[in-house]
Amino acid sequence: MSSEIHSSTSSQNYKRQDFQSDQMVRWCPGCGDYSILAQLQRVMPEICAEQSIPKEKVVFISGIGCSSRFPYYMNTFGFHTIHGRAPTFATGLAVARPDLHIWVITGDGDALSIGGNHFIHTMRRNINLKVLLFNNRIYGLTKGQYSPTSEKGKKTKSSPMGSIEEPINPLYLALSSGATFAARSIATDSKHLQSVLKRTAVHRGTAIVEIFQNCNVFNDGAFDHFADKENIAEHTLYLEHNKPVLFGKNKDKTLLIRPGDNGLGPIAVSVNDVPEQDLIIFKEDDEPNYFARFLAQLDGHNYPMPLGIYKSVRKPCYEDLLDEQVAIAKTQHGRGEFFKYLEQGDTWEVQ
Amino acid sequence: MNVPVKNSKDKNIREVKNVIIRFAGDSGDGIQLTGGIFSHDSASFGHDISTLPDFPAEIRAPAGTVAGVSSFQLNFSSYNIHTPGDIPDILIALNPAALKVHLPDLKPGGIVILNQDAFTKTDFKKAEYETDPRTDDSLSGFELYELPITTLTEESVKTTGLNKKQSSLCKNIFTLGIVCWMYDRSLEQLTKRLDKLMGNKKPEMAVANKLALQAGYNMADTLEIFMSRFQVKKANLPPGKYRRISGNEATALGFLAAQECSGRPLIYASYPITPASDILHELSKIRQFGVRTVQAEDEIAAIGMAIGAAYGGSLGLTGTSGPGIALKSEAIGLAVMAELPVVIVNVQRAGPSTGMPTKTEQADLFQALFGRNGECPVAVFAPATPADSFKIALEAFRIAIKYMTPVIMLSDGYIANGSEPWRIPEPGELPDIEVAFAEETDDFQPYARDPATLSRPWAIPGTAGLEHRIGGIEKEDGTGNVSYNSLNHEKMVHLRANKIAGIAKDIPPLTVFGPEQGDLLVLGWGSSSGAIRHAVENAQQQGLKVAAAKLRYLNPFPENMETVLRSYKKVLVPELNLGQLRMLLRAEFLIDVIGYNKVQGQPFMTGEIEAKIYELLKPESAPETTNEVEI
Repeated sequence: MSSEIHSSTSSQNYKRQDFQSDQMVRWCPGCGDYSILAQLQRVMPEICAEQSIPKEKVVFISGIGCSSRFPYYMNTFGFHTIHGRAPTFATGLAVARPDLHIWVITGDGDALSIGGNHFIHTMRRNINLKVLLFNNRIYGLTKGQYSPTSEKGKKTKSSPMGSIEEPINPLYLALSSGATFAARSIATDSKHLQSVLKRTAVHRGTAIVEIFQNCNVFNDGAFDHFADKENIAEHTLYLEHNKPVLFGKNKDKTLLIRPGDNGLGPIAVSVNDVPEQDLIIFKEDDEPNYFARFLAQLDGHNYPMPLGIYKSVRKPCYEDLLDEQVAIAKTQHGRGEFFKYLEQGDTWEVQ
Repeated sequence: MNVPVKNSKDKNIREVKNVIIRFAGDSGDGIQLTGGIFSHDSASFGHDISTLPDFPAEIRAPAGTVAGVSSFQLNFSSYNIHTPGDIPDILIALNPAALKVHLPDLKPGGIVILNQDAFTKTDFKKAEYETDPRTDDSLSGFELYELPITTLTEESVKTTGLNKKQSSLCKNIFTLGIVCWMYDRSLEQLTKRLDKLMGNKKPEMAVANKLALQAGYNMADTLEIFMSRFQVKKANLPPGKYRRISGNEATALGFLAAQECSGRPLIYASYPITPASDILHELSKIRQFGVRTVQAEDEIAAIGMAIGAAYGGSLGLTGTSGPGIALKSEAIGLAVMAELPVVIVNVQRAGPSTGMPTKTEQADLFQALFGRNGECPVAVFAPATPADSFKIALEAFRIAIKYMTPVIMLSDGYIANGSEPWRIPEPGELPDIEVAFAEETDDFQPYARDPATLSRPWAIPGTAGLEHRIGGIEKEDGTGNVSYNSLNHEKMVHLRANKIAGIAKDIPPLTVFGPEQGDLLVLGWGSSSGAIRHAVENAQQQGLKVAAAKLRYLNPFPENMETVLRSYKKVLVPELNLGQLRMLLRAEFLIDVIGYNKVQGQPFMTGEIEAKIYELLKPESAPETTNEVEI
């Protein structure tokens, strides 16, 4: 026993199996969560090797919901907390232990309904956390009620006549709240998801990834309109830094922003018809990132669903700024001396 | 009792054992500042002091109205006191509203000092006085001094060139000058204090206030209008270095002490709430100690962060008041399940709901003990005085860490804002808080139990070989894996309960002031302890076999609790609630404890408890209790 923290000094060459816990994975067969778990377990060895992170410094923190069972299946430190509040526990841990590599696992109900407040404040604080938001647009664990990301009119057990609420757009909300890294991927595209996860892992600050994940029991086919085999080419757009946004079977279409019937909006045009100077080049490090916010609002129906890294900028993170204040205070006041400090203000002696 | 003595100027000065003075005025009149600096001056002069600030929840209620009255009561004495006093000897009222609110409390024959300039028709209207209280009979029976305080103040600071408004801001300090003369207090320390308070930021105001202070003193000295002058000797306090400290300050320093004694960094996450915010302010300004504070987005986030910090091996701390503790309930449940050492301070205020934010109450005891879903035991401690908050804060972390449990510290508004002299502890007087993080072993189990304490290991992230998962779902004994096994659940419920119950072995026994057996025990907790002690002292002088006890450990109770209770024919429990501790004692020990309950947002007065004691022990001679509400 000791009051010091012991950890192995360098990361070993981990294998995928090193990140698999002894617990039986209990999601429904066919659930999109299996793929997310698998992709993360696949990329963790590389992430740890690249950044020299020993496995014991990796922590998964979750809230409540199907997705939030995730930590039990990762053979790392893990904390399955309470509904909607995972970012708060993760924030406390990050402030206490900036040496840790902390992931938050959450879902659309957990992050955006009960935990909506923590979600926006985590983004604006830029705590060093990687937030994976599993978005299946439904409540799974409570067996099929509409979620804050369900489309309006959704018929579920709690909305037999159709939901009458507009959905929240998680990525748009994250970008508006000041996220320094925001990405979107889909559980069915394992390669893309892996590449996004690897990028997420190296970001310092709050990184949010919205991962579309099909709930085959309560909301099957929620993403088919852009992600199934027939639609994916025409209705999905893979974002690449410093490149024009291209989509379509032959990657020959692009988007322009032009005045239209509904005001300023997108138009899809053949890339060959656009003079070079008019071509919009996507940059993930644009600040304030108007184009990313514009793209975040496309829904895969009339215009393609953009997937990839929407934003990645470097900004000091909360715990670093806090540490900086500690350092400044020590410079200004000297390292705190406890018994001397107790005597602050006026004292008097009683003989 | 009053002995005339002579001073150098050959004026009669009566010696008294203590003085209870109440400053009252509009919330913009600087009443809290005046009270604070005079308290400090009294304490540093060597008196024992106890203070009671009382102010409206509104930052600025309409000026001159009853709702906007702010007051500060100080009891300074030549002997050991326990309360700010029941009945003021002197009232300083800077406007009619202040007079209206506070005159009913004043001692018959007591001194009233009024600011004549603020007694105009408009002021009466604002204070909802139908007639001028100076001309009807309201003030007969008091020693009244009516002075044009605003005019005199403005005159006295004329040389500074301040405008009328700024000049009139000094009227509280002018009044303090009068008070200093009246209680034979030299101005030397006060002058230094004004320099210290304002000298850097507002040097012109420091100059003006010093002039006003001297002018008030000189006026009282020269005019010879005052009939009375008093002297209070120094109190006989234990030797040592002292400072004045409020409950919230002592709480913050106690937590800093926990960091010092444990070697683990303190992290305080809190959402601003009256009357707990000062703890956040105090801890936010000591980053040089490595103390990290986070102003959370809400109450739930605050406790989440504290638990997260505790999970990481830091001292996780959050603080709040009533409505906030309600919001934190679910997360406290998680900390019970995850068995993490987190400390939650609840500075109680009058409830339910928003209640009366600036008024004191002790009605969150049940909330602290039971306000969570499931069988969810936590340790609950309560400081008895402002300075005692230091020890209880430190104790909360000692127990939290040793037993891997949340600990709730129940302070209250009266303790938080009240102040008293505090003997500053010296190195060697503080306990060691041992922290032993788990290290890799072949058979590591996150829910293995220490047989002595039943606590589980503190296995923090970053420790190689200890990777494991915890959470709010029921744990399998030992492994900590998710378990829905019914017998395991029952076992875990008992383990968690027994762990908290076992803390009784680790806390000091309940001690009594007075006979160890007798006719009556008056048992209190939290801030009621002072009034109880004073009332019992008085009753003992009347020859009654009565003892007082302050209960600082509310869960678990000290081991000798039942023995103590059974040593008296009757047990009286005064509480600022409808009888929460009384119900616990009855349930736990089947003893017919008598309650004395008050829920007026104000602390007990000594006289109230004393009257209750006489009612129980000498019914034939008991005076009538006057402050009870008819329902």
